Order: sequence, then structure tokens, then C-alpha cells
Amino acid sequence: MEYEVVVGLEVHAELNTKTKIYCSCKNAFGGEVNTNICPKCTGMPGTLPTLNKQVVKSAVKMGYALNCTINNVCKQDRKSYFYPDLPKAYQISQYDIPLCEHGYVDVLVNGAQKRIGVTRIHIEEDAGKLLHDDSFSGSLVDFNRCGVPLIEIVSEPDMRSSAEAKAYLDTIRSILQYLDISDCKMQEGSIRCDVNVSVMKKGAEHFGTRVEMKNVNGFSGTVRAIEYEAQRQIEALEKGEEIFQETRRWDDVKGKNFILRSKEDAMDYRYFPEPDLGTIVVDEKELKRLKDSIPELPNKKQMRYISEYGLPEFEAGLLVENIEKAHFFEDCVALNICEPKNILNWLLGDVTRILNERNCEISATRLTSKNLTHMIALIDKGIISNTAGKTVLEVIVDADVSPEKVIEEKGLAQISDTSALEAIAQEIIAANQKSIEDYKKGKTNVLGFLVGQCMRASKGQGNPTVLREILLSIIEKN
Amino acid sequence: MNLYELTATELSKKLASKDCSAVEATKSVFDRIEEVEGKVEAYLAVTKEEALNKAKEVDEKRAKGEALSPIAGVPIGIKDNICTKGVLTTCASKMLYSFVPPYNATVIDKLCSQDMVMTGKLNMDEFAMGSSCENSYFKKTKNPHNLSCVPGGSSGGSAAAVAAGEVFLSLGSDTGGSIRMPASYCGIVGLKPTYGSVSRYGLVAFASSLDQIGPFGRCVEDVAMLYSAICGRDENDATSVICKYPRFTANCTDIRGLRIGLPKEYFGEGVDAEVKKAVTAAVSELEKAGAVVKQISLPSTDNALSAYYIISSAEASSNLARFDGVKYGYRTESFDGLIDMYEKTRSEGFGDEVKRRIMLGTFVLSSGYYDAYYKKAKLFQKRISLEFEEAFKGCDIIITPTAPDTAFKLGEKVSDPVKMYASDICTVTVNIAGLPAISVPCGKDSKGLPVGMQIIGAKFTEQKLFDVASFYEALTGGPQKVVHVPV
Repeated sequence: MEYEVVVGLEVHAELNTKTKIYCSCKNAFGGEVNTNICPKCTGMPGTLPTLNKQVVKSAVKMGYALNCTINNVCKQDRKSYFYPDLPKAYQISQYDIPLCEHGYVDVLVNGAQKRIGVTRIHIEEDAGKLLHDDSFSGSLVDFNRCGVPLIEIVSEPDMRSSAEAKAYLDTIRSILQYLDISDCKMQEGSIRCDVNVSVMKKGAEHFGTRVEMKNVNGFSGTVRAIEYEAQRQIEALEKGEEIFQETRRWDDVKGKNFILRSKEDAMDYRYFPEPDLGTIVVDEKELKRLKDSIPELPNKKQMRYISEYGLPEFEAGLLVENIEKAHFFEDCVALNICEPKNILNWLLGDVTRILNERNCEISATRLTSKNLTHMIALIDKGIISNTAGKTVLEVIVDADVSPEKVIEEKGLAQISDTSALEAIAQEIIAANQKSIEDYKKGKTNVLGFLVGQCMRASKGQGNPTVLREILLSIIEKN
Repeated sequence: MNLYELTATELSKKLASKDCSAVEATKSVFDRIEEVEGKVEAYLAVTKEEALNKAKEVDEKRAKGEALSPIAGVPIGIKDNICTKGVLTTCASKMLYSFVPPYNATVIDKLCSQDMVMTGKLNMDEFAMGSSCENSYFKKTKNPHNLSCVPGGSSGGSAAAVAAGEVFLSLGSDTGGSIRMPASYCGIVGLKPTYGSVSRYGLVAFASSLDQIGPFGRCVEDVAMLYSAICGRDENDATSVICKYPRFTANCTDIRGLRIGLPKEYFGEGVDAEVKKAVTAAVSELEKAGAVVKQISLPSTDNALSAYYIISSAEASSNLARFDGVKYGYRTESFDGLIDMYEKTRSEGFGDEVKRRIMLGTFVLSSGYYDAYYKKAKLFQKRISLEFEEAFKGCDIIITPTAPDTAFKLGEKVSDPVKMYASDICTVTVNIAGLPAISVPCGKDSKGLPVGMQIIGAKFTEQKLFDVASFYEALTGGPQKVVHVPV
């Protein structure tokens, strides 16, 4: 029996606003336990929340980026439950009227474009964290994260594989980065996921029973969690068992999930409108300003790179995934002194290698679009070899000096002077008479060997194209 | 005459003209507390040392010729649900028996910046839930007019202290009548301001959409003075309203042409005949002075009490959820796991009335019941507001009794919550509609207990309320005298 997996995702992304959502504490990760707190975010009796307007702006931007309808008049609601990391015993969130709804996003999966529906995006506050310490028998609470602003992005159950879920998450993450509204640091938990999974027989009309998984951190964890849960459900169905609507907790270390609560124990959050906060109103002028501020987004950019510059789809995808690289690429192309494809190869090749080695972004280096394109143009003109280009790159990554200067100082210019190269070629041929015979017998690949020998003799500075021509003419004369 | 017997405005003038010092006035108040507090039991905490230090500081400032606020050096008491940095704020609950706020409520910051001398924290019904002050975990405050009667609630301590001369002015809070009703029972003046005109920041929330802090005094002018000192927009309270807040006065001498509405629903069956008589007589006095009286109807009043208890309990169930034993206040002694800790802490830490409302509120917000109760109550809220709006097109103010009766005996209603809830029948609509209302004494019943008259205005018409109330007060013998307490 063949089964189809149905996946819906609830992505919680921490916003990178300067301050928390309802107080003026810094919105910062880490720090000494319980130091970045105040009476408001710890829910002291009598304190009241006041909404950080930047949170609304960021969420509206995300709404536009995901093609949503914006409910520019909406409210906030209280979601009640008891837990020690939730100091007010309710979370301020949005219930029946989210800030954004009815959107979608197009993602590329294995070369095909797929549209994933976005049910809603709402704003809410994060909770604190429980800590466990061996020196103490109970649990301790760190409230630093209380009041960190979140947006929750809820998708439609439109994904049919873990690969589609991964593509969706990658797209959401790069959009968040493009909008500069979230840091998207997985290891700091700034993007977290609740995953809804069901399976159905291929071609079935109705979805199977849905199981929700909580505590899924990281994108690779999401993929593993979906695959595990889908397999668990398929195995159960194959055995003739029933799937129950329940909530399960994903344990990434064990690679398994465990039941958290069944449908009967489902929480009643007793939502009601937050009486301490007024209506959220975003006026038309502000809406327009926010809409106009949305940059070209990664999926659109990728399509354009393919059609406009003839870049291959996969590489174009890699390029747009990182907004800095994409911008750098466009700066380079605008200078119009070398081929976009060559720029792409350098950016994804040696530039990316260097950045990965250093674990940094382009902006943290001194590389400029002018120097990089200049260097590439010098290779195109035959002034330096590709190998010499790599040497130049190592220098211009750390200093804003012209490639010509680097070439001059390091003596990297190619020798294209025929008389000098002819002398080298004669020498090599003299030492390899057998090769000429081989060549004449049809083993033309010895030519490459001879060029290599000449390059070595010229300490890499000989122009290989010129050398090849000289070698050929000598062989023919012989 | 003792200094404590002055009104706050009289004292303010004497301080300004240096006829007496703040230290003298403060000492006089603490002598009076010494004398009668054992009988009245209005205070939960007395901050004598801090008060005397502050009074001395104010006197020094005045000696240096610094410009001071009218309330500078005037002793003021604070209801115990208003956060005072470094001073216990218990809400009269076992749950917060040890809670010392790390911050000041906005009203406290405002008053401190105007050199308030704070005498202490005043008793109340636990978390402001009650109409008699008997729901306090710590003590039962008595009505200074008759020590076997309740002072009203929930701000019973604030009202009794002012009436007994244990302080010049006090702050209370009013969610369904908690300022006006005890003002009425104790024979003083109390104002429930327009929702949003006084910051709620630092007021331990009971029902966020109805709560409002307001002043008590022995005359209208005192109340206007304290209200002027606390009102205004606050960045820390998103529900506080941006508008012009003038310095309010209380010296109106002409009410000719004033249109008074008398809603028939507030003079019906549930209201005591003597109360009706006193209020009607007061209205006749105003009519004689040139006011125009007309009968009006506010038909939704009958459902107001139910709507009020649904909305206020729903919000309370959420606002009081944070008292869970994790962070501050009471935590049960022994427990087995988290859930057990929550259950025992909340069972032991809250009194019966608070638990009753938390259960009611939790029920009406539960899925499946929300539409039938909470949503319907919110619709009623809209309807009641509209009825008032409509009424204010035809009249300038509305007059009703403040309470359906006068002070009842301690213990008389404790076993019958519904009877107790009915005490709020005349006051809750004002909170539901977010309006301002003032209670002024209008005579006594045959038992010698004070009757209160409630004057309701449209939003932000506090000045009109002060005008009418001060006119009536002047007509009927001026400020209230400090009540003689048998000791």
C-alpha cells in the first residue's frame, strides 16, 4: 500500500526588535539568568503591558511577503494555562483575528514550484525557560526570554513530504532574513516549530487523523521528526491500528516522539480579548509604507537570476538563500565588466569557502564588488591564471587593494611573450621526444601533459593558451 | 479644634500660609489613629516613621520657599491593592501576605512627586471583591458611625479612615461600586473617575476593563484636589486616555438650568424606602435651586448586575491566575509535584469569595460556554453604554441612590452572596459604561446611618459632577465633620 504524508507547520520566529513586546527590556539572547527582566515582563501584580509598535510593523511586513490579507484593525487575546515559565499564567497572543491571514508562498522542490498556503500570522509573547540544577532538587525559572516578541506563522496542510517541509522552512527563513525582522539563529531557538502530520492512502479524498508534535527545534530535526512520525503512523495503519488525535513531544536526541496528551486532555485555553491593551490599528499610510518596504524576495530573485542571467536553478537558489551574497552578486553584475556566471562561480566557490572557514558573512570581510569583478576580468583577459586569481582573492578579502597591485607585488602576471615561452617549450620538447611520437601516433592527450610541464617550468606564469599554440607548431614542424 | 478635623483643603491652606506645619498635621493624624484605630480597624499597615520624615522634609522645602503642590504635606492613606515600593501590598489576602512590590503604582509616583505624606495602607475586601470589607483575610473594618455595622466595600478601610479622622484623604479603587458604596455607608464623598482618566498601572487588577482608582474626602473640594493630583495620561497604561486634564474646582454657586435625569429603574423595589426618600428630597433641593428634573429610563439596568458579575469574574479569573506560589506571596508548606503545589497554594491562599469568582469566571470563559455568557455580557455592556449616551442627550447629569440601603450589620450578609451582590445594583452600570460618578452624603436614615446620592455624568465630565456635588454640599451644611467614635 502506498501512503501520502500530509504536513502542516506552525513556525514560531523570534523578532529582532530592540526591546521586548510589552516592556522596555532589551530583546537580547542569553545573558545572566534573570537579569534582563522587569516588573512588567515578570507579570508582577499591578503591572500592565504596552505594545511595542515595531512588532506589529515586522509582522505586517511578513504578512505582505507571504501574500496575506492584513487585518489592520485587530486585537490581542489572552491564552490561559498554568506553567512556571509563564509568569502571568496567560500568554498574550491573538485568537480569532490574526494580524495577517489567507496568504501563500511559492517554494522550489526538486525543480518544481509548489505553492504552500499560509493560514495566518499572529503576534505573541515568548515564555521563560525552566532550568534544572543538580545542586537543587526542584526546577528554577529564567524569565529573560519572557516577553520576547514572536510571530507564529501557520501553514495550510499543503506539504506532502519532509522535503517539501524543508523547502518551505528554508524559504520562510530566507524571507525573514530578507525582511531583516528575525535573526533566524536555530541554535538560539529563534525559530521553533510545531509539526502536524497525518498520512493517507495515495489518492484518498480525506486526510488521515492528525498528530501534533511539539518541541521540534531546527530544520533537520523537523525533517527527522516528520519522517519518524509518518513512518510510525504507516506502521500502525498497516497493523490495522487506529491513529488517535493527540499531541506528542519530539525528542531529537533519541530520534523518537512520545505522547504528551490525548485529545480528551486537550487544553482549554479560555481565550478572551486582552482588556489591558487597546485595538491595534495600522493606518493606510503606514500599510503602504510597509508594503513598499518589502524588497525583492528570494523566490522571485531566484527566478529572475535564472531568466535574466542564465544561472542554473540550483546555484541560483544557493545564491539567493543568503541575502548578503545575493546583494553582493547584484553589485558585481551592475559593474558590467565580467560575466554573471563567472561571478556566480567565484561567489559560490572560493568566496563561500573562505566565509565558511571563517564562519562569517561577506560584510565582515573587506571584499568589494569592484575588486572581485576586476580580478575576474583580469582572468578573462588572460592577464592572470585562474590559480593566480585564487591567490589574489586571499589578499583582497582582507584588504581593499586593487588586484593589479596584488599581481604586481606577487609577480602573478602571466607570460604571454611568445619568445620567452618558445624557449621554455623547446626545452620541454627536447626532454620529451617520445611524447611527440606518441602525439603523432594519435595520443593527443600528451599535449596537456606538455602544457603542464611548461607551466611548471614557468612557475605557473605562462599563459597556457599561448603555450598550447607554441607546442603545437613545434610538433608540426618536427 | 484638632488639626485632624480640618478638611484637606483647609489644611492645605494652613500649610501654605504656615499656620501649621506638616509635622504637626501628621502627628495629629497619628494621635487620632492611636485613639480610634483599635475600634475602627481601617489600617493594614501604618507607616508612621516614613510619614513623619516626609512631613519634616515638606516643611523644610516650604521654609526654603519652594513652590509646592496643594497636597504637599497632606496625610493620605492608600488602599492596599495599590503598589507601594518597599511597603507591603497584600490586597488583604493571605496569598500576598508577604508581597512587597519592587515598584510604585503610577498614582503613587505622581503623589510622591507632589510630596504626599503617606500614612499607611488601608483595609479592603480581598482583591477588592466584596461589598462590606468583611472579606479581608486580616481584619474587619467597622463603620465609624456605628461600630457594629460594616463600612461598605471593597474600599472599606479607605472610607472608614477618612470618616473617622484617621487620615485627611485616601485612595480607593472602584470596579463595581467599591469607592462610591463605602463612601455612602461612611457618610463621605467618593469619586469613581471616567475609565481611562487615572492610570491603573500598579493597581493589582481585579477586572481590568472596569477597575479605576479614585479619591475619598470629607468634602467635594478635597476629592477634586486629590483627583487633580492623580488623573492624566500614563504611558504605562494602554487604556489611559489622552485628553485635557484641568485642575478641578468645587465652588459652583449656580445650577440654574441644569438638567437632571432620574432613571426610574434606580428607584424601584430593591431600594430601601428611607434611602429613596433622602435622595428624592436632595433632588428637590436642587430643583428648588433652579435645576430641571426629568424622569428617564435605562431599561437594561435589570440585566446589568448579571453582566457585571460575568465580565468582572471572567477578567478576575485570568488576572488572579498569576498567584500560583511560584514567584511571590504564599506557597503551601508541603506538596507533591507542580500541580499539587498549584492546587494547595490556591486553595489555601484565596478566601471563599475570591474562589467563588475565579470559578465563575473560569466557567464563563470555558469553550462551549463563552458565547452564552461572556459574549452575551459584552453585548449588554454595549447596550448599557448606548442607553447612557442616549440619556445624556436629554440631561446633563443622572442622579440615583448610591446604594439600595444604608450600612448593614457585620455578618448580616456574609452567608448570602447573592444578597451581598445586590448591594452593587446602583453602581455597576457606571463601571460597565466607563462613566464617572460621585457619591455625596444626603442625610441619614432613622437609624442615624448616612445615605449617599450618586451623581453620574457623561465621560470626562468630572468637573460637572464636582459642580453639582459642591453646590449641594454648600446647600446642606458644608463639609462632613469627623465622626465621633466612642472609645
